[in-house]
Amino acid sequence: MLFELSADQEFLRDTTARFLAQYASVDELRRLRDDATGFERNYWRRGAELGWTSLLVAEAHGGGSVSGHGVVDLTLLAHEFGHAAAPGPFVTTNLVAAALSDAAAHLDVLAELVAGTAIASWCASEPPPAGPYDPPQCTVRVDGDDLVVSGTKRPVESAGVADHFLVTGRTGESVTQVLVPRDAGGITIEPLHTVDLTRRFATVRFDDVRVPATAAVGTVGGAAADVARQLQLALVIASAESVGAVQRGFDMTVEWSFDRYTFGRPLASYQALKHRFADMKSWLEASHAVSDAAAGAVQARAPEAAELVSAAKAYVGQYGVELLHDCVQIHGGIGVTYEHDLHLVLRRAVLNQTLFGTPGEHRRRIADLMEAA
Amino acid sequence: MNAPAPAPESLATFRARARAWIRSHLAPFEAAADVGVLRHHRNDEEELRAVARDREVQRMLFDAGLAGICVPREYGGQGLTPAHQHVLDEELAGYEYPSRFQAPTFAPCLAVLLEFGTEEQKRRHIPAILKGEELWMQLLSEPSGGSDVAGAQTTAVRDGDEWVLNGSKVWTTGAWWSDWGLCLARTNWDVPKHRGLTVFMLPLHQPGIEVHRIEMLNGSKEFCQEFITDLRVPDSDRIGEVDDGWTVGTRWMFHERMLHNSPLVTMPVGLVHSGGRAAAILDAARDAGRLHDATVRELVGEARMLEVVRGELQRRIAAGVTTGKMSDQSAAIGRLFMAVTAARTISIDFEVVGATGGTWSDDDGAAADTGIDFLMRQAACIAGGTTEMARNVISERVLGMPRERAVDRDVAFRDVPRGPTSR
Repeated sequence: MLFELSADQEFLRDTTARFLAQYASVDELRRLRDDATGFERNYWRRGAELGWTSLLVAEAHGGGSVSGHGVVDLTLLAHEFGHAAAPGPFVTTNLVAAALSDAAAHLDVLAELVAGTAIASWCASEPPPAGPYDPPQCTVRVDGDDLVVSGTKRPVESAGVADHFLVTGRTGESVTQVLVPRDAGGITIEPLHTVDLTRRFATVRFDDVRVPATAAVGTVGGAAADVARQLQLALVIASAESVGAVQRGFDMTVEWSFDRYTFGRPLASYQALKHRFADMKSWLEASHAVSDAAAGAVQARAPEAAELVSAAKAYVGQYGVELLHDCVQIHGGIGVTYEHDLHLVLRRAVLNQTLFGTPGEHRRRIADLMEAA
Repeated sequence: MNAPAPAPESLATFRARARAWIRSHLAPFEAAADVGVLRHHRNDEEELRAVARDREVQRMLFDAGLAGICVPREYGGQGLTPAHQHVLDEELAGYEYPSRFQAPTFAPCLAVLLEFGTEEQKRRHIPAILKGEELWMQLLSEPSGGSDVAGAQTTAVRDGDEWVLNGSKVWTTGAWWSDWGLCLARTNWDVPKHRGLTVFMLPLHQPGIEVHRIEMLNGSKEFCQEFITDLRVPDSDRIGEVDDGWTVGTRWMFHERMLHNSPLVTMPVGLVHSGGRAAAILDAARDAGRLHDATVRELVGEARMLEVVRGELQRRIAAGVTTGKMSDQSAAIGRLFMAVTAARTISIDFEVVGATGGTWSDDDGAAADTGIDFLMRQAACIAGGTTEMARNVISERVLGMPRERAVDRDVAFRDVPRGPTSR
């Protein structure tokens, strides 16, 4: 997270941090373990009042940021989300809101998303082995005044409760996005298993789902740049969230190393462990640095954003998760129990590592960008 | 009285001025110089020519008002901000720059002079450095111990207005073509080690100093060792107080660790020292005919990822230390990260070329010589203080963990064991 926050940014961050401490406590996360949805609608609606869903939305559409840099502001909240391993369709709802706002489409739905009264999920990823930069196989066919959506999306976050799906598909060789209401006929939702305690995912199949042409977000066949932008946003929000999770795990483990005595001295006095903490500290600061840089570049729509988002996703995904596993190791047996809180953030970081492209996929993406340069 | 200081030049004006001057006066950067680990690619004559060019370019920068961006104007600098230095670094991307002046002349030597030098010392040396007339070296490490800097055994004994120095220093890069050195010496053996040190400055080429060149395993002879015998240094060339050299030394090592984040250092953006650039690794993989391999592509991407991340980390640390959000000791985080990623990057370079790493021909292009770099891989984790020392600093000084037990604290230095045979 950035060192220097404005007073408004600090207020935004702190309000959510305090809200999550109360309503996304570790007890609450454990209570939601077997909950089908993983979050309460009222929790989400109250979160929306704190700015959770409006930062990427233009002021004209009822949104607005506190600093004029909505992406950066949103990463502050994402950090707190990761830190608390908080429930709720945070990343995906913001992406749909950003897409609708940028395209000035479906403003009635957008207003509900901003208010937290509706949930929407971005159907971007496709079943393995499809990667985040592969062209979609899902099709959006033009049929008279209708658009017909066919294909399978996986994983789709909060699909079980989403009121709308933003589906990315191909129309011939070009890309189209459509907003599909949940009650459009032909949608099948099959829950997936996941490592996270409160976030829910599903496979969503669209079997010739018919929507009016007005369902398009942006122009039919003209959405490639929008999708690239959404993916960049997804990567910076997810990275910021992971950094928050990693920060929490690291802090917990430093504290543990001072409190835990063995052979008559604290763990923190053993050089073998001190040196590992030093490595972890360098990975942690590096994760903050690249994640913030990526957010800044996406905010500014800078050309280097394409590479920075992949560097952030690949680095935090690899080193952040490695760091948390080392935290588990230093905790010993208690670190792999359900009773201990460490797994809450480990789950979040591990899940995020796999969403929107794995570290390996992003490393290959960076090589592709280098070669194209 | 000085004239009132003019309003600082705006970044935009500065950028335009720097860009115009750089494009009409400087040659393109010689990419080969930026590849590999301390590669032995010049003979002595060529090295001396390169040193002379560095001095010339430094002088040109000075005359153009582009030297010492963050050095106060009264010492010949520009009195501008780190943001101006960053603009200069951006504008220098792809152009030659006086690389040999950056480390250790600007950081840490000039930084130490600025912080601890007397007015006279500063006026005598800082403008000379900025004009390219003085290249400095740090006489810090000793053969008796690399990381235990405060255990220096080179001795200075007072004789009237002079000091008489005896001992040996080592790992001085390019001392054979440098002019001045900062030297940490023991002035009191009867107090604990940190309390009996003093810092001096001295010309490197004079009777009383023999400079020997050390051959590294790859054939490079840039590192030197100095043998100091009855060398007389005037007391006016002492920096800081007598026996208070560790106060200077602590900041000296801070400035050394800050090399890559120091506003005193000019380093064109995109240039990565030690470890090779990711772009060069892409070339090596291509020249080895292995770029189609998905595993190789992933490694190339990893190298670039690390390059991007270390740039952002250095920026974060520089900002954190400057604004006081991070302690000075946090510079060790950057030092550790640079070293570890450099070692990893060199391993990647070796891995992507496959068998060409072990045996190669001159026709193998960028894939050639990567095996030699691989042999030198650990240099990045040793030079400038080992990564083990950096890890101690981070855990103890940044995270506040208990210090290692030391048998040399609170004991007169002469009673500290210095080997299995000593008392």
